Amino acid sequence: MQMLISTLIDGLNLGSVYALVALGYSMVYGIAKMLNFAHGDVIMVGIYSIFVCLNMNSLPVPVTMLICVAVCAVLGFTVEKLAYKPLRGSPSLSVLITAIGVSYLLQNLALLFFKSERRFLQNFLQLGSIQIGSFELPVISLVIWGTTLVIMIVLNLLIKYTSMGRAMLAVSEDKGAAQLMGVNVNRTISITFVIGSALAGVAAILYAAKYQNVDPYTGSVFGIKAFAAAVFGGIGSIPGAMIGGLSLGLIEALTIGFLPESLSAVSDGIAYALLVLMLILKPSGLLGKKKVEKV
Amino acid sequence: MSMLKVENLGITFGGLHAVENLNLEIEKNELYGLIGPNGAGKTTVFNMLTGVYKPTTGKFWLDGEELTGRSSIEINRKGIARTFQNIRLFGNMTVAENVLVGLNNQMRYGLASSFLRLPGFFKEERDYSKRADELLAVFDLYDERDTLASNLPYGKQRKLEIARALATSPRLLLLDEPAAGMNPNETAELMNTIRFVREKFDMTILLIEHDMRLVMGICERVTVLNFGTELASGETSKALNDPAVVKAYLGD
Repeated sequence: MQMLISTLIDGLNLGSVYALVALGYSMVYGIAKMLNFAHGDVIMVGIYSIFVCLNMNSLPVPVTMLICVAVCAVLGFTVEKLAYKPLRGSPSLSVLITAIGVSYLLQNLALLFFKSERRFLQNFLQLGSIQIGSFELPVISLVIWGTTLVIMIVLNLLIKYTSMGRAMLAVSEDKGAAQLMGVNVNRTISITFVIGSALAGVAAILYAAKYQNVDPYTGSVFGIKAFAAAVFGGIGSIPGAMIGGLSLGLIEALTIGFLPESLSAVSDGIAYALLVLMLILKPSGLLGKKKVEKV
Repeated sequence: MSMLKVENLGITFGGLHAVENLNLEIEKNELYGLIGPNGAGKTTVFNMLTGVYKPTTGKFWLDGEELTGRSSIEINRKGIARTFQNIRLFGNMTVAENVLVGLNNQMRYGLASSFLRLPGFFKEERDYSKRADELLAVFDLYDERDTLASNLPYGKQRKLEIARALATSPRLLLLDEPAAGMNPNETAELMNTIRFVREKFDMTILLIEHDMRLVMGICERVTVLNFGTELASGETSKALNDPAVVKAYLGD
């Protein structure tokens, strides 16, 4: 029982962070119709910014967190302006390759500045735990769940009830028509990147608080998984990203926790096999919209 | 001064002259038709007037201000709005949201105030929501305000496209085959709607249409295009009886 609960908690922690990252993938895909494979690396840069603030400059934790989110948002904005905007209207494969290029660029810059070894953070957000009955619940878990939940709700409200949200929905459906109705498509896409990257910044904080370490490849591995989660939930859908992220986190934690020792090394493989199975049954993802081609 | 003035407008795709030397002068509050056989270049003209294509030759002015070569957003903000031949509503958004997108560029509150939910944000959202409702009421769409646009019947989708275009508060409205796919009853209703829009919003309207009854019924003047060049223009009944026009439509 104890074991099950702590496994579930682990799964929810991991899943919440996946969900935040998946959200970034999903929003950008939904609105700019591109897969931003550099999204995971934004998280890595975010964690390094925490490392720089905390370990090298001993800044206070709240300032560190703000800087991390700001760095990610600015990075997302810059990457979109420099790398993706000039390719607006080119085939989606060109944009995809560019995104992969940006991903490698960010990784190599991290290698250059921080070397390849894993860096450990100095007690970033160590919050202890609270006792519930015979059970110890880490406070950081509560923080992770609460943050993710609040972000999801706020984002949904923003999209449903503000002019910016309506512009995003309009652009995601028909860029051309939106432009002709006076919607500033480039600005809308920029805002989407900034929001998505700021979420990656939040994910970086939560990841750092949980794992306390970073290397240049942290982001890309984590990002690919979050991307899988976005596809699993139905890419382009916000609740889908949430459910996809949580499912993937839970599946991963459960396979690690309950499979025999000899199989735990392949837990990722098992998690992905389940995803593939799911996608065979429902190709558009859990909450994705089925596209009916009219002839 | 005329509301829309077009001078020697033309565009070439590769070696193909899709539109050549088009001249138009449309007066304020006029209902003007742009007609011609399939492939005559009518929609291409609309695409140039709304910044989708950049004209290779010529210029055009809205109310005296030159808009040639401006971007779609700028042209829309200056006051030209359009509908589409194949309906291009935002299908997964509600009827009211479609109109609100049209109103978007007039909203002033910034990103910060919507994040912080400042009072100004709520007031402005309420005001615009009210304006959207009024516009929907005019088009008899108020009861469907929360329906997804893609679930509306065809005739109402056409109406919603007009409402959405009007929401951007244009001075010139371009309608691209508004009666396409409509039955005679719906077409008759549409004619009333178009007349009504002109009266109520004091609108200048340029429309592309194949339905000759509609054109004869509401357009005061027309320009007939064939293979990208002007065949005839002037008062509707005269232009349509021009020998060159008859020949283009019916052959020798």
